[in-house]
Amino acid sequence: MNKPKLISWRALRPELYPRRGLAAWRGYVVMLIVMILFLFGLSELEVTAERLYKGSLKLVDVFGLMVPPESKGRTAEYLFAIAETVSMAFLGTLVASILAIPLSLMGARNIMPIGPVRFFVRRSSDVVRGLDSLVWAIFFVGVVGLGPFAGILAITVNDTGILTKLYAEALENTDAEQSKGVRATGASRLQTLLFGVLPQVMPVFLANSLYFVESNVRSATILGVVGAGGIGFFLMDRMMISAWREVAYIILLVLITVAVIDTLSRILRQRLIGQSSIARH
Amino acid sequence: MVADNAHHQDALQLNHSLTNAALARQRFNEAFMHRRSQLRRQWVIGALLIMILIGISSVIGEVNLVHLWDRLPRFTSYFGRMVPELSWATLWPDLARWYWNGWVWLAALWQTILIAIYATLIGIVFGYIASFLGARNLSPHPSYTFFTRRLMELARTVPELVFAVLFVYSFGLGPLAGVLAIGLHSMGALGKLFADVAENVDLEQVKGVRSTGASWSQTMVFGVTPQVLPDYLSYGLLRLEINVRAASILGFVGAGGIGQELYTAVKSFNHTDISAIVIMLIISVIIIDSFCSWVRGRVIGRDNLKAI
Repeated sequence: MNKPKLISWRALRPELYPRRGLAAWRGYVVMLIVMILFLFGLSELEVTAERLYKGSLKLVDVFGLMVPPESKGRTAEYLFAIAETVSMAFLGTLVASILAIPLSLMGARNIMPIGPVRFFVRRSSDVVRGLDSLVWAIFFVGVVGLGPFAGILAITVNDTGILTKLYAEALENTDAEQSKGVRATGASRLQTLLFGVLPQVMPVFLANSLYFVESNVRSATILGVVGAGGIGFFLMDRMMISAWREVAYIILLVLITVAVIDTLSRILRQRLIGQSSIARH
Repeated sequence: MVADNAHHQDALQLNHSLTNAALARQRFNEAFMHRRSQLRRQWVIGALLIMILIGISSVIGEVNLVHLWDRLPRFTSYFGRMVPELSWATLWPDLARWYWNGWVWLAALWQTILIAIYATLIGIVFGYIASFLGARNLSPHPSYTFFTRRLMELARTVPELVFAVLFVYSFGLGPLAGVLAIGLHSMGALGKLFADVAENVDLEQVKGVRSTGASWSQTMVFGVTPQVLPDYLSYGLLRLEINVRAASILGFVGAGGIGQELYTAVKSFNHTDISAIVIMLIISVIIIDSFCSWVRGRVIGRDNLKAI
């Protein structure tokens, strides 16, 4: 290959060749700026090598203190608190799923023709979702007092926001041809909704709700931190008095519970909607 | 006679096929009824099970609708007290009084967002490495897959707040504990999602890189990474959205961010402070969410273009 040919190729596809002049430095400059920003952020977060080193040593110590896990004879108490946690997740998700169905219908573009209603529903669900369920929990503890009921309300409100958004998106992704087909048989609007749209979204609704039972069991374990019931109260209590062996025992119980719930929910999902249509998360 | 016989034959045949049709109809009806009663039975059993579950969990969860009804006025008054006194004539002074501690809250909010960003970075970097070890088709040895997957499960099942308390105990109060806690949790969640993506890569491309004599890590970087990068980035951005919310509550246990200010306001019954902080929080969450979904749209869009 001779030289003139090479030059013409460079002219043809300049992006394949190394940059020349100032452009060659652009990448380094960008990298430098990113590095500076990264280090600035670290200093804002008060991260130092010394803190990391000392903290890691102490963390290893804590893990050492966790073995062997021990119950101190309070297994029954802990198991009841875990049952409370699971109940909170189940009831919260159930009520949220029921509330989210009409709300998502009002928020879906292809079902609700009135724009402002749609806008209001979608934006309020954004606002509700913006707060973690623990924040809702402190509000509800203020309203209904300490106990798992506050936790249930917190999960309900938070999940209604999330599920409304997910359900509305599922509704907007339905095949319009099917509803047209039902409409063509002379069905009313309500009948079109019931027999044209809902059969398409029911599997998605169910899969999402089941998945949220799972994820709520995880998030409900910490609601006890603010007094909203469940195992979180014991977990935080033992942590605050540095009873690490009991902490490890409670964490083990939680891990086993979550594994059991995950397996149950997977089996249920497969039986209810078939393996192929499981929403991937 | 012959014609008559033929007629007779026809009639017989017709009769026969009629019986066949009747038989088929009867069979269909039976099958239908059987299936319907089966479905109904399943529905009844399912409904009963759910009812029982609801009953048990209502008792355990101390659900008390009468209590809720009684407390409903408190509900409105609790949230009503959060509404600040604003009048149009003195809007600016009123707003200033509402956000009397605004700069402190803004700094805390900034810290919250930083915690979320750095935790997501930790999650992406370690999840990236873990995904190749945890993907069954890429891992150098099945035992790596097993241990990586179990480690990821552990990291994402233990709640962030529990990690946060552990890290506050060992690294001291402040945002560092929060970054590590959410980072560890993100690593667990992203590592699993990334590994699932990596299990679906096109192995021909991987073999192509391998055949040039590349080492395992080189194969991962040049053979697998280009295929999975858009999905990884998309999941990473979703995680950032989740982490901003998670970072907002870390302050409850002293691990930095705006949660500390929020918890103080709640504990001291400064209701207008609560609403001021919550509004700031919600606005920043919505801004970050829309930014993330905009970037995600671009990332996935570019990927789609490549596919065409």
